[in-house]
Amino acid sequence: MPSQPELKGISAAPGLAQGGAFWVEAAAIVNSVDSLKAKIDLPEALALASSQLVELMDRVEGEDADILEFQLAMLEDETLNDPVRKAFEAGTTLIEAWQQALNKHVTDYEQSEDEYFQARASDLRDIRDRVLRILRGETEVEIPEGAILLATDLTPSRFLGLNWNKGGGVVLQGGSPSSHVAMLARSRGVPMLVGIENLSLGAFPDQTRLLLDADRGVLQVDPSAEQIQDFEHKLRIATEEAEQIALISDQPAQTANGTAVQVLINVALPEELAKFNSVHCDGIGLMRSEFLFHHGLPSEESQYRSYRKLLEWAGGKPVTIRTLDAGGDKPLPGLEQPTESNPFLGLRGLRLSLRQPEVFRTQLRALCRAAVHGNLKVMVPMVTVPDELHSAQELLGGVCAELATEGTEFCKPVLGMMIEVPAAALAPELFTDAAFFSIGSNDLVQYLTASARDLHHVADLADPGHPAVLRVIKELAEHCDRSGQELSLCGDMGSDPNFIAQLLGAGLRNLSVAPARLGKTKWTIRETNLEGV
Amino acid sequence: MTEENTWNSEGTVEITHDVGLHARPSVKLTKLAKRFSARIEIAADPEGPWIDAKSIVKVMGAKIPQGTILQLRAIGTDAQLAIEALIDLVNQNFEESQDAQSA
Repeated sequence: MPSQPELKGISAAPGLAQGGAFWVEAAAIVNSVDSLKAKIDLPEALALASSQLVELMDRVEGEDADILEFQLAMLEDETLNDPVRKAFEAGTTLIEAWQQALNKHVTDYEQSEDEYFQARASDLRDIRDRVLRILRGETEVEIPEGAILLATDLTPSRFLGLNWNKGGGVVLQGGSPSSHVAMLARSRGVPMLVGIENLSLGAFPDQTRLLLDADRGVLQVDPSAEQIQDFEHKLRIATEEAEQIALISDQPAQTANGTAVQVLINVALPEELAKFNSVHCDGIGLMRSEFLFHHGLPSEESQYRSYRKLLEWAGGKPVTIRTLDAGGDKPLPGLEQPTESNPFLGLRGLRLSLRQPEVFRTQLRALCRAAVHGNLKVMVPMVTVPDELHSAQELLGGVCAELATEGTEFCKPVLGMMIEVPAAALAPELFTDAAFFSIGSNDLVQYLTASARDLHHVADLADPGHPAVLRVIKELAEHCDRSGQELSLCGDMGSDPNFIAQLLGAGLRNLSVAPARLGKTKWTIRETNLEGV
Repeated sequence: MTEENTWNSEGTVEITHDVGLHARPSVKLTKLAKRFSARIEIAADPEGPWIDAKSIVKVMGAKIPQGTILQLRAIGTDAQLAIEALIDLVNQNFEESQDAQSA
């Protein structure tokens, strides 16, 4: 039998799952044909909905409970219910009045420009549907355990009401990786795929066998015997690996022959660290500060708080914060940027910061003030010539003098630089002032291979495995051995199991990876024997 | 609406929470506001629109981003206390952690 093509989506929570298909909405429609008339009145329905949420809250904690608490607060707010009451009194049926009022809120959130608020639309839908079911006198459709759920979108409370211990996964036609339900899926380890556009409701019957590979972002419908065998093999390996990773998660990383390797994490926003303990890593190797700038230019005070939070979390372990890395390819509100025909080769990173010294100085002030609270290292991106680094040094010195005059508490952090521009990568001896170097492998690879990161036609040419990339890294490591400057790598290459052995072989002893890749990276390092490389 | 000069207490505070006035901070803010008998309103702009600080639907619906200078005003016997408590909550970053509270 010819197998169906794979359906592609966006991975919202990694992992593998196989099971029978279950169409969530189709079941709901069948269940609700004769339901135009409300079975109970509004106050009663709202009270019942609240008590259901309270019951759900008893079973969850932390972030999950916050989501339900938000829904509960919305439900109990008279601002939500008043228009319904008024429309009902004016003659609309209760069910229609409720639907219309809630749909207005859903649309309002959907139209927001901020992704976070857009994603809240599903919380409003959740509230709407819970009360609708109660008004219609329906019970929730029983979802079989271990099934792979298919839906246009899935509400957070629905997700929390299910038992995920028996496996299973979620595939959504719409949805977004930043929705509450996606956050829940990640924290529960439930594989989830969103944004599968080629999926029409009921495209195949319930219980059709599905293979969900949320690591690769694909769904296989009705697989062949061979595909099932391959998948089960992958699943076994993943389970074994997960067990191994859990065993070593709080131990320092070292290779099979005993060489110690520092493994740090990359973060964007301090809140990412909420569920993560600093004992599992050697510090923060890269904080991408531009994420603090996405809602306009942040004040010195608000930056100071964010940096301080990271330093306190790290508890004395090193925290490397990269100064604003904006440019034509990642424009930021409130920052003047020229339109460029080739933004990757334009005014990016430090080049832009040095032309907007006020924004840069505000950031440096916040950094110097935060440095009092831990082991801070400041890193500047896109350095090409030593003069740029000197200018950054001068600005940093100026800011410190200013803080001293004001009598504000501060500490001058060490200043290092990213290595992404080939000219800097090939001549590191020019940068004697740099306290440390960190290889930004994503950009270094794109520049060495002349293949833009955002063009999928040249994606296969932007290969970190090109001998030129490894040669440059090896020479950098040799230089740093002689000069005594610290060297690390903070791009995706550092957490790719295909390259870790080669990077260690080239002499790197410090990698910074995404928090989700930390365990696997440490595990890969332990499997590496440098005596054979 | 009441005229400007009859508000008993007013204040401003910058929203520094990493993602702005989102779900959890909004719930905290409205819950705290409800503990006071005063009528309390907030706005993202001194010119308004002013919204009821006790309504999560309205506070969340205002979609206030990080970096906003939040305007507050209250009327009632405990107006002063209410404004002070709300400003404290925002300054403590919505009690993100126990540390932040005690710091």
